[in-house]
Amino acid sequence: MAIVTTSKKACSVNPLKMSQPIGGSFAFMGLRGAMPLLHGSQGCTSFGLTLFVRHFKEAVPMQTTAMSEVATVLGGYENVEQAILNIYNRTKPEIIGINSTGVTETKGDDVEGFIRLIRQKHPHLEKFPLVYVATPDFKDAFQDGWEKTVARMVEVLVDPVEAAAVRDPARVNVLPGCHLTPGDLDELRTIFEDFGLKPAFLPDLAGSLDGHIPDEFTPTTIGGIGVDEIATMGQAAWTIAIGAQMQRAAEAMQKRAGVPFRLFERLCGLIPNDEFIAFLSEISGRPVPAKYRRQRGQLADAMLDAHFHIGGRKLAIGAEPDLLFDLSSMLHEMGAEVAVAVTTTVSPVLERVRTQEVLIGDLEDLEELAKARDCDLLITHSHGRQAASRLKIPFYRAGFPMFDRLCAGHQLSVGYRGTRDLIFDLANLVIADREANHQPTPDTWRTTDSGLQVVPPQLH
Amino acid sequence: MSSLSATIQDVFNEPGCGKNANKTEAERKKGCTKQLQPGGAAGGCAFDGAKIALQPFTDVAHLVHGPIACEGNSWDNRGSASSGSDLWRRSFTTDMNETDIVFGGEKRLYKAIKEVIDKYDPPAIFVYQTCVPAMIGDDINAVCKAAATKFGKPVIPVNSPGFVGPKNLGNKLAGEALLEHVIGTEEPDYTTPYDINIIGEYNLSGEFWQIKPLLDELGIRILSCISGDGKYRELAYSHRAKAAMMVCSKAMINVARKMEERYGIPYFEGSFYGIQDSSDSLREIARLLIERGAPAELMDRTEAVIAREEAKAWAAIERFKPRFKDKKVLLITGGVKSWSVVAALQEAGLEIVGTSVKKSTKEDKERIKELMGQDAHMIEDMTPREMYKMLKDARADIMLSGGKSQFVALKAAMPWLDINQERCHGYMGYIGMVKLMEEIEKALYNPMWAQLRKPAPWDDAGVNWQSKAMAQMDAQAAEIAADPVRAEEARRARKICFCKTVDLGTVEDAIAAHGLSTVDGVKEHTNASGGCGACKGRIEDVLAARSAPMLQAAE
Ligand code: SF4
Repeated sequence: MAIVTTSKKACSVNPLKMSQPIGGSFAFMGLRGAMPLLHGSQGCTSFGLTLFVRHFKEAVPMQTTAMSEVATVLGGYENVEQAILNIYNRTKPEIIGINSTGVTETKGDDVEGFIRLIRQKHPHLEKFPLVYVATPDFKDAFQDGWEKTVARMVEVLVDPVEAAAVRDPARVNVLPGCHLTPGDLDELRTIFEDFGLKPAFLPDLAGSLDGHIPDEFTPTTIGGIGVDEIATMGQAAWTIAIGAQMQRAAEAMQKRAGVPFRLFERLCGLIPNDEFIAFLSEISGRPVPAKYRRQRGQLADAMLDAHFHIGGRKLAIGAEPDLLFDLSSMLHEMGAEVAVAVTTTVSPVLERVRTQEVLIGDLEDLEELAKARDCDLLITHSHGRQAASRLKIPFYRAGFPMFDRLCAGHQLSVGYRGTRDLIFDLANLVIADREANHQPTPDTWRTTDSGLQVVPPQLH
Repeated sequence: MSSLSATIQDVFNEPGCGKNANKTEAERKKGCTKQLQPGGAAGGCAFDGAKIALQPFTDVAHLVHGPIACEGNSWDNRGSASSGSDLWRRSFTTDMNETDIVFGGEKRLYKAIKEVIDKYDPPAIFVYQTCVPAMIGDDINAVCKAAATKFGKPVIPVNSPGFVGPKNLGNKLAGEALLEHVIGTEEPDYTTPYDINIIGEYNLSGEFWQIKPLLDELGIRILSCISGDGKYRELAYSHRAKAAMMVCSKAMINVARKMEERYGIPYFEGSFYGIQDSSDSLREIARLLIERGAPAELMDRTEAVIAREEAKAWAAIERFKPRFKDKKVLLITGGVKSWSVVAALQEAGLEIVGTSVKKSTKEDKERIKELMGQDAHMIEDMTPREMYKMLKDARADIMLSGGKSQFVALKAAMPWLDINQERCHGYMGYIGMVKLMEEIEKALYNPMWAQLRKPAPWDDAGVNWQSKAMAQMDAQAAEIAADPVRAEEARRARKICFCKTVDLGTVEDAIAAHGLSTVDGVKEHTNASGGCGACKGRIEDVLAARSAPMLQAAE
């Protein structure tokens, strides 16, 4: 339905996109006792680190191979080796997750080869979990880094299981996209458990970045899924992947351990959650708990109340593909018009975004189009706040990074309840904007001289 | 790239840098870049430093040439305030893709410059070089030159690929770009005997405005602030200032010194943090201006303003005294001149139980001792664990530090206040100090702490997370103490030189193996003190400790 176009500009203004390697590091943060390591110059890590700290307001582990100019030219074997040894000795992690950067990809370091050599040279590291993913900065975006990294985790860390093996019917693997917050994961965990299912999330950011106060001091991640748990994921009865980006990891799981999967491209909105809950009821063999019947009613009622305010609104959304697809679909189903959609990278879902055109571009594009098409509401990450204030339209923060408001880790959009809260938040923004900026005046309905043309009422 | 390495050499040769003074010729050439530890470091890169230093020029377009990582992950992360243009808040990057890497990114850069000029028409564009285009050999100097000629606008190359070094090198590279391409290229409409430059001040959270009204009152004109709330044109004619103040961070010392050399603008290094420092700085500005021809009565007016402001500030601080009685502060900053706030904190009645001196020189430490007494607790290097323990043991009631260590305090349910760059309050000048006291009081007396420190009713008081963490630490400490081998290991692992990461064991071994008795000897064999030089004192201590038993043995 939507045509996907790519911005032709030589200069990206106010980028929406963030780099692929930090998307990869982000995935490693959902593992217990993990140390994400960027193979690149130190600045690359430092910027990523700052970004995560600003978003989550938590201490965040991340390391660098600290490539200097000389090392970059000569190749980074020694830096990778030293970094691994240093991290291993000092912080005693359970796993080190390595992502390459633009710097080391331009040189063309063979990190897989490095790792083989390091394991040979240091026999105590022979079995130590080291996962490497190639993620150059000059290709793809944050979401792709996450996607590739999770798929790689499955390939390297899950123990193979015969397709015909007996499986634990209560166990499900959940592969969440990077557009879900720790709060979303907690909500999903509750839903699974209410059906008597035992979910294992890969990665599990809810365990590590949900803002809890830790029992211990460790420089690695705290919480998250353990390497030992990942190893046994092949014994689960089902894999549930959330967001199209997780197709790849789900397929990897099926290939490696024969676990069948079901992909839910979105979990925001009434219909997708109906499908989801029905599916859980089916695989668990349990009826839908009363709680969810009640929540469904509440969502339905919220939709009724909010459609007056959301219906007919023209929206401008800037987000990574899966989040864009998720939010815009729900809002379209609430009667809003997705007038502008801007995203960061290619994805099969883009064509199905319910709008005319999806532009792979930046926040300048989003702002200009929102202005040209007279949008009523802007939805994007925190960097969009300047655009919203210039456009003088209400602004809803969604996605990563969200550094200028608290609560980034707990914002909800999944499940009946999450959808309900999101709808209320958006509708309230529209209402507040109308009260503040669009009160009728004596001139609102005044006809013009010709007596024909009516100044349109300020519906916004 | 050869011109870049020449620039870097030049920056390292900086004679104005105090730390350089105690180095040999050969060492100076090596500069301050420490070999970074893979897997043990996470500071910013040179590009980061260059951008930090220049971005506060508000009417300029800052265009970052590189793949999305450098700018996409970092823009919009610092809050310098602007009284005019907000162009600096927009982010511009070439967002290089694979094709650019293969075929070179110069064309894209040129087009990007054109687009920015067409759309935003800034008075100038700063173009930042990053690692990847530097690797593939994009010549940004040439592109900038061509674009400047073609579009008739200053297009300034800032050669700062991240991998050439850390943030502070980037600050200086930014300064070099200004010296080479901007300063002295325009003339002001008029000059006065009261024109000064402020160098190395970024106006974060608009805090420089806490001091500017006083300068205004004295009739002192800031010809150019480099770079907080700065404008391109002011920068271009800044060579007509009569004097300059370099704000205490050494970030842009090369700019201050070379402007003195080239244009005869004398400068001094001062700070507006702390009441005494603020007064000293105002005096020094007046003195320099008078020296350069301003009427002598300026000093009288300055003294009058100082007297008035000091009296006001102390009176305002007075009221915190009863609130701060018996309250203890742990001060963790980079260590450079943390004493500039120590005096004010003490005056308000706070007791300072410790201050970090990781980067302090011997003189800095002497000054701390002067202020805090001979047994001042100076913290060389504290792990988060130790900070936590210190706070938990209630040897401190509040921690003042930079954002990086905030979670240590907060998760220990202890008040914390940001006094580093990312803070959102200004603490400059006289008003700023009072503001700092206010913030400390607010943090200390928040009723939240009492609730948070109480365990949940169903938890055993002894097994909440805090006591668990404490027990864990005590157990570990006991374990180490009980095992002589590990205790010795831990003792020897103490860092002596932070720049070159040299530990006590290495130093001791070198002393024993080569019979060393001087700091220079140790430096030669271990590389320690080859960086900032702050560890000289520590090495002297080690030498002293070693020689004592030997002397005894000899007797
Ligand atoms: S180290 Fe290089 S590639 Fe990394 S952020 Fe800095 S300039 Fe960019």
